[in-house]
Amino acid sequence: MKKRSSTFYLLMVPVLLWLIMLIVIPHLDLFFKSFRFENDDGLVVFSLNNYLAFFEDKIYWLTFVKTAVYSIGVTILAFVVTFPVAFYLTKIISKKYSSFMVLLLLIPIWIGELVTIYGWMILLGDRGVINNFLIKIGVIDTPIVMLYNNFSMTIGLLYMSMLFMIIPMMSALESLDDSLIEAASDLGASKWTIFRQIIIPYATPGIASGGIIVFMLVIGDYVAPNILGGKSALWFTEQIYNEFLATFNWNEGAAFGFLLLLLSSAIIWLALKLTGQKLEKVGS
Amino acid sequence: MSYVLEIKDVTKRFGDFTAVNSVSFNVEDGGFFSILGGSGCGKTTLLRMIAGFEQETEGDILVRGESMRGIPPEKRPVNIVFQNLALFPMMNVEKNVAFGLQRQKLPKPDVESRVTEMLERVGLVGFEKKKVTELSGGQRQRVAIARSLVLRPSILLLDEPLGALDRKLREHMKVELKLLQKEIGTTFIYITHDQSEALVMSDMVAVMNQGRFEQLDTPKNLYKNPATSFVAGFVGESNEFNITTYSDGVLETENGCKLKKPGLDFEPKKLFMRPEAFILNPSADLTDIERIKMSVRTILFDGSNTKISAIIDQSQDEVLISLPQNAQFEDLKEGDTVVVGIDYDDLKCYRG
Repeated sequence: MKKRSSTFYLLMVPVLLWLIMLIVIPHLDLFFKSFRFENDDGLVVFSLNNYLAFFEDKIYWLTFVKTAVYSIGVTILAFVVTFPVAFYLTKIISKKYSSFMVLLLLIPIWIGELVTIYGWMILLGDRGVINNFLIKIGVIDTPIVMLYNNFSMTIGLLYMSMLFMIIPMMSALESLDDSLIEAASDLGASKWTIFRQIIIPYATPGIASGGIIVFMLVIGDYVAPNILGGKSALWFTEQIYNEFLATFNWNEGAAFGFLLLLLSSAIIWLALKLTGQKLEKVGS
Repeated sequence: MSYVLEIKDVTKRFGDFTAVNSVSFNVEDGGFFSILGGSGCGKTTLLRMIAGFEQETEGDILVRGESMRGIPPEKRPVNIVFQNLALFPMMNVEKNVAFGLQRQKLPKPDVESRVTEMLERVGLVGFEKKKVTELSGGQRQRVAIARSLVLRPSILLLDEPLGALDRKLREHMKVELKLLQKEIGTTFIYITHDQSEALVMSDMVAVMNQGRFEQLDTPKNLYKNPATSFVAGFVGESNEFNITTYSDGVLETENGCKLKKPGLDFEPKKLFMRPEAFILNPSADLTDIERIKMSVRTILFDGSNTKISAIIDQSQDEVLISLPQNAQFEDLKEGDTVVVGIDYDDLKCYRG
C-alpha cells in the first residue's frame, strides 16, 4: 500500500464530512425511522407497517404511480421542446449569438422557481392574461379553466426543469461534426434519417444526462405541484410533506421518502438500460 | 469519348469573394483526376459543388451528361470521402459501410453481400464488428472509402483524405489508393495541396490558383513543361529568379547573373531551374548548354535526395543542385569551385 501524504488526508476531511453528515447519517436516520412503528400499547417497535400502509391506502399508491408517469411524461416533453432549440443554438446560428441567447434562456433560473410559478398563475388564471386575450378577440365567451389542474402543473414542472435538459444536450451537439451530417446526406439519407440515425444517437449521452436531471427535479418537486396543481393534481412529494408536517407521522413519511427514492432510482436504471447508456458516461 | 463529369464555366461567389472563377474541364470515365492547389485556392469549394453541398453561382455541372442543377447531395450519383473521414462513431465498421445501401432500401441479403464484398476489396475482413474508434488511421481511411464505393458511384470525390496520416502511412496509402482505383475502375477526383500525392496517383492533374485552373495536364507534362510561373513554382522544387533584362538571347537576373537562353519571343520576367536539371562539371563536348561557375556553400545530405547549395560566382545568387545517385561527387566539400551546366531547354522562362 502506497503511503499517502498528510495533505491527502487533510483534503479528504471536507469530502467525508459532507458525505457522512449531510448524506449518510440523515439517510440512515430516515431508514431506521421508516421501520419504526408505535403499537397500540404506545411502544415503539420494529415493523413493516409504515410500508404496508402505503399499499393499503389506494390514494397513496395511485399518487405514486401518477407521479412516476407524469415525471416520465414531463421528461419526454422537455426533450421534445428543447431539442429544436438546442439544435438551433449549436448548429444553425453563430457561436457569438448563441451564448447570448443561452444567457437569456437562463433568466428564469436567476429569478427562482417560486416567482416564475406565480408568473404562470398570472398567465393561466381565469382572469389571467391568456383568458383575457382570448375573450377580447372573441374566440371564447367564458374563461377556460387552465389553473389548478394537471395541465398547469405539467406546464410549471416543464418550465422549471427544461433548461437543465438544454445545457447537456447543447454540449453533446456542439461536438457533433457537421461533416457527419453532410456525409450521411451524401450517402443518400433524408433529413429525417439523419435526425434519427446520426444526430439522436450521437446526442444520446447528453439527452440521457439531461433527462436524468429533469426527471429527478420533477419527481422531487414540491412547489409546482402544490401551487399550480392545486387540490386536484396530487404529487407524491405532497404526501410526504403531509406525513411530516400535517399528521406529524415522521416514521410513515420516512418510509414514503424511501419509496420515492427507490422509484426514481429504478426508473433511471431502466431508462439507462433501455438506451444502452452507462451511468459513468452520462454522469461525466 | 464520353465524359463522366463535365464542368461548364462554373463560378462560385461568396458575397464579394469569388472562390471559383469560370472553371471548365471534362473528366474521362475511369480516370484518376487530381486538383492540386494551395489552401484557399477554391479546390474544396469546387469539390463541394460537385457533391452538391454548394450551389454554383453560374455555369453547370454534368454527371454522365445529366445536369446536376438543383439535385440535392443525397440524389447525386457522386460520393465523397471527407478530409476528416466523417465516419459515424456510434456505428461499427459494417454498419458504416451498410449505411448508404440501407438508404436505398435494398433487401437485407443484398446489403450484406455487398458489404462483405466491399470489405474484402479494401482488406478489412474480420473487422466488421469493430468500432471505428478502435481502428488505425489507415483502416479508418479504408472504411471511409469502402462506405462510399459500396454505392457504386459514377465518381468518387476525395477531399485530402491522406492529410491526417503520418508520413510513412501516407506514402503507403498513395500506392494503395492508386491500385484500388485501377482495380475497381471508378473515376476518382482527388483534391490535395500535396504535389507528390497528385503526381504519384493521377492520370490527369489540374493545378488551381485563385479560383482558376492554371494548367490541366498529365503529371509528367506538368512537371516537365509547366505552363505558367505559378505551376513551375508550385509543382516540384525549383530555383526561382526574377529576370530584369533580356537582349540578344541573354537573360540577366536581378542580381546580375547573365545566362544564355536563345529564341525567346517574349519579355521574360521569371526564370525557373529544377535542381536535377543541373549537370555538375559537364564534359566539354556538350553543346546547347549554359555553363555557370559556382562555389559550394553547403551540402544538404538527405539520402537519395541529397543536394548542394551553391553560390553563383557572378551574382552571389544561391541555387540548389541535386547530386547524381552515383558516388561520383561524394568528396565534394564546402568551398569547392564547380562548373555547372544547364540545358537551354531547362531554363524555363515566364512572362510573370
